[in-house]
Amino acid sequence: MNPIILYSVLILAGLGIVLAIVLFVVANKFRVDEDPRIDEVEAVLPGANCGGCGYPGCRGFADAFVKSDNPSAMFCPVGGNKAMEAAAAIMGMSIEAKEPQVAVVRCAGSPAKRPRTAVYNSAPSCKLAASLFAGDTACPFGCLGLGDCSRVCKFGAIAIDPTTLLPVVNEELCTACGACVSACPKNVIELRKKGAKGRRVFVSCLNRDKGGVARKACGVACIGCGKCAKICPFEAITVENNVAYIDFERCKACRKCVGECPTGAIHEVNFPPRKPAATEATTVAEAQS
Amino acid sequence: MSKLRTFRKGGVHPPEQKLSADRPIERLQLPAKVYIPLQQHIGAPPTAVVAKGDRVKVGQLLAQSGGFVSANIHSSVSGVVESLEPIADGTGYKRPTITIAVEGDEWLESIDRSTELNTNLDVAPDEIVKRIAEAGIVGLGGATFPMHVKLTIPTGKKANVLIVNAVECEPYLTSDHRVMLEHGPEIMVGLQLLMKSIGVERTVIGIENNKPDAIAHLSKLAQDYKGIEVQPLRVKYPQGGEKMLIKAITGREVPSGGLPIEVGAVVVNVGSVLAAYEAVQKRKPLFERVVTVTGKQLEKPSNFRVRIGTPISTLIEAAGGMPSDTGKVISGGPMMGKALISTDVAVAKGTSGVVLMPSSEATKGEPQACIRCARCVNACPLGLEPYLFARLSQRGRFADMENERVMDCMECGSCFYACPAKVSLLDYIKLGKNEVGAMIRSRNAKK
Amino acid sequence: MDNKQLVVSLSPHVQSPQTTQKLMLNVVLALMPAFAVSLFYFGIGPLLVTLLSVGSCVLIEYLIQRFVLRTKSTVGDLSAVVTGLILAFNVPSNLPWYIVVLGALVAIGMTKMSFGGLGNNIFNPAIVARVFLLISFPVQMTSWPQPIESRLQYTDALTGATPLAVLKEGLSKGQTISQMDLPSNMDMFMGLMGGSLGEISALALLIGMVWLLITRTITWHIPVSIIGTVAAFTGILWLVAPETNANPIFHLLTGGLLLGAIFMATDYVTSPMHPAGMWVYGIGIGLLTVIIRVWGSYPEGMSFAILIMNSVVPLINKYMKPKRFGERRAAQ
Repeated sequence: MNPIILYSVLILAGLGIVLAIVLFVVANKFRVDEDPRIDEVEAVLPGANCGGCGYPGCRGFADAFVKSDNPSAMFCPVGGNKAMEAAAAIMGMSIEAKEPQVAVVRCAGSPAKRPRTAVYNSAPSCKLAASLFAGDTACPFGCLGLGDCSRVCKFGAIAIDPTTLLPVVNEELCTACGACVSACPKNVIELRKKGAKGRRVFVSCLNRDKGGVARKACGVACIGCGKCAKICPFEAITVENNVAYIDFERCKACRKCVGECPTGAIHEVNFPPRKPAATEATTVAEAQS
Repeated sequence: MSKLRTFRKGGVHPPEQKLSADRPIERLQLPAKVYIPLQQHIGAPPTAVVAKGDRVKVGQLLAQSGGFVSANIHSSVSGVVESLEPIADGTGYKRPTITIAVEGDEWLESIDRSTELNTNLDVAPDEIVKRIAEAGIVGLGGATFPMHVKLTIPTGKKANVLIVNAVECEPYLTSDHRVMLEHGPEIMVGLQLLMKSIGVERTVIGIENNKPDAIAHLSKLAQDYKGIEVQPLRVKYPQGGEKMLIKAITGREVPSGGLPIEVGAVVVNVGSVLAAYEAVQKRKPLFERVVTVTGKQLEKPSNFRVRIGTPISTLIEAAGGMPSDTGKVISGGPMMGKALISTDVAVAKGTSGVVLMPSSEATKGEPQACIRCARCVNACPLGLEPYLFARLSQRGRFADMENERVMDCMECGSCFYACPAKVSLLDYIKLGKNEVGAMIRSRNAKK
Repeated sequence: MDNKQLVVSLSPHVQSPQTTQKLMLNVVLALMPAFAVSLFYFGIGPLLVTLLSVGSCVLIEYLIQRFVLRTKSTVGDLSAVVTGLILAFNVPSNLPWYIVVLGALVAIGMTKMSFGGLGNNIFNPAIVARVFLLISFPVQMTSWPQPIESRLQYTDALTGATPLAVLKEGLSKGQTISQMDLPSNMDMFMGLMGGSLGEISALALLIGMVWLLITRTITWHIPVSIIGTVAAFTGILWLVAPETNANPIFHLLTGGLLLGAIFMATDYVTSPMHPAGMWVYGIGIGLLTVIIRVWGSYPEGMSFAILIMNSVVPLINKYMKPKRFGERRAAQ
């Protein structure tokens, strides 16, 4: 046999053996023992890596979930109950189902309702605008309309409507991960219980100014009159700092407050059209505003 | 005249537009009401010591300094405290404000109202600092840093030069210029007091050479005072920045994140020197200041001596009224000033000027693609890379921004001024600085 | 209080009058002397090629933005005009029309727009197009019309070689410099030689450079570092072996060196952001150009050198930072 071929084969084979030994030793020495359940839990998570759970990505959540003393307190908003049940099953336990939530925009101050008092002329960022001034309307609490929420949404579930300049949530796509909630410098967005058949009632205003001031700034502002709180049979509504808030745990979606609101600041969504008697009340409210 | 100096790297030269440079300081009529914000300085908010219905005199303490880095607030008028309710400021956010209905003009008896120059320097150094602190004096150039803090040299550090910031590098503004021309002798006495308080032998007054009359006037006066010299500077923005001015005058560079005292310098604004003179020699608290009201379309660009708390609309009326074509009202200079959402905003200690911009100049140019021409890098006096910050900020890479030393940025705006593509460089830098600042705070909180 | 809406924005509230469009217009103006010389020596060829190149660059950019990217058109910033001019200046003035249009497509479509448009491309569009054409159409791209003789012809012009090609061929035959038929320094300075449309007249290009410098469109760092490096490097070679190496003046006046150093290497998008980086970039281009010219198989090296250094620019920008104010020096 040609000695060149022989030597080549021998050297390569020798190298291969030596390196294999090195690799074997190193792999053993630096091996990290990981709970195999972490991989399993990660597999049942949606893999969106949105951070909505408060952990750095799905792997981080799975790691914390497996190591947690009280995993039932943790929740993946994207995967929802289904993913959590599966994850709990891996751990050999069961957890209580949580009611699905959805992001709700609590401002209805479109340019028609809330006249502009200034012109914003800088980079399109709500955070930046909020650090510069209270907003381009007389309401310092409302939506700035520059779309930070829509930019952080990983699911394309929220977008600014070009006419109302307000964010609109697509309920089908929203996973209630909460990214928009923390992105909004004005805290306009809230995660609320989705409600049966998506039916829910909420106050679409955050204006803490006194009634007259709020009303002057925006036609659909909550003026803190308290009528809704009085009529609510379930004590779900509280008025603090001149603005009403509906506790979604107590609210039974009876909609009594909606007709009572003089400015139309209380919104109802996904309900079938009202009976004529009830519609009258809303039209009166609209006529007044 | 000695050779013109300046800082070496970066800077821009916007059109100077010093429309009101020849207008002597006028005393403005007292308004019917004044709105005195509690927070007029950098540092802790002071606590109000008056109540609704109290009768106050000019110079009376309204709010007590809330800590070492804080400042007293005094009444600028005599009258009755009408309310302590928060009032929207130039940003539209509500801030605690003391509203006083003006009645007459009755001053505290302790204030010496004579115009005679008091050259008596027989005051102990700590007494000087104490009187300045009591008078609530802050940096009048716009940064509003409490002056007594600057004059209190930290232990282990030593000051060897007092630098007077009379650069007024912002376009349009002329209040410091007029103060120098009209109050030269007071400034000289004030400087001697300040030199005594921090124990330095040398003072340099830095003036840009677009104010030759002020340079000549102060140079002549300085001949009679030991240790005070005037340094003419080449016109270049942002020479009024503390770090830039120290570099221009001494050649020393204040280290990143450091204070001027680390290179042995104390920098004070020339207007603050006058206020310090009045506080120490006349026992007069800081309740009025000189404000430039200017704009290309304004009938009468002026320099006013204004009581703190006077609404800006009153100033604009006195300068000939708001031109119908006003598109933007800026509190401060056009490079670093803040745009106001209305003119119903009160003059505060840091209000160096009010600039009215016509609609045609009010909006920024449409941002285009960055062409990487490096004008922003060349304009940055701090050796930073604004284009990079803007890109990182847009992509949310705030940790990288911190590594690129975004916190060194003093927001002078030279980068945005220079950008031919009109990229919103400073907008994104500020956004990034807010985020990085929050990151640093939460990191420190964890420690 | 009146109801007028005031504009609220972050500071600063003033902007310099400089715009992208004005900067590009300055470059266009600076290229005009060289264009005039080209018209004088080559006649109608340069006119046709330049109009075609500029027109197709602008049109291609417009069409891509209108129909492919569906973004706002930015042809008004004149950057496509500059690309078109530089591309035309880099090809022989007798180049057939379809090759010119193909070059514009490569420059704008492949090199500029596919990377995201103005400001995002890594390589200089005109040079990529030129190199693409040089490799795809070696014959058409290396047969240069002779000056003066064929002013009224376009593609049927009499052709000849460039001085650098003459040099390379002569050396391969074993000739020494003095035996070769090279133009005089004065002819080369004025532009009386074969070559690409806009590269021939050093004088016209230098006038353009003066314009760019006085309008502060470019800084001096890149042209000076390239020219200096080439002069120094070829000078050393010439001193060592004057019979086989051309003198520095010859190298500076030929092969589009000045066109490249003044107009192509200084392209904002593809050059470093601060002076120290510009020096590295310029010296790199100078060295590579000479290496390719003297030892490479192509007689000309400028385009390749610029492209190679373009690819290094992101690294230069990442690792060579301007000196930060107040930075403590390492020595302390």
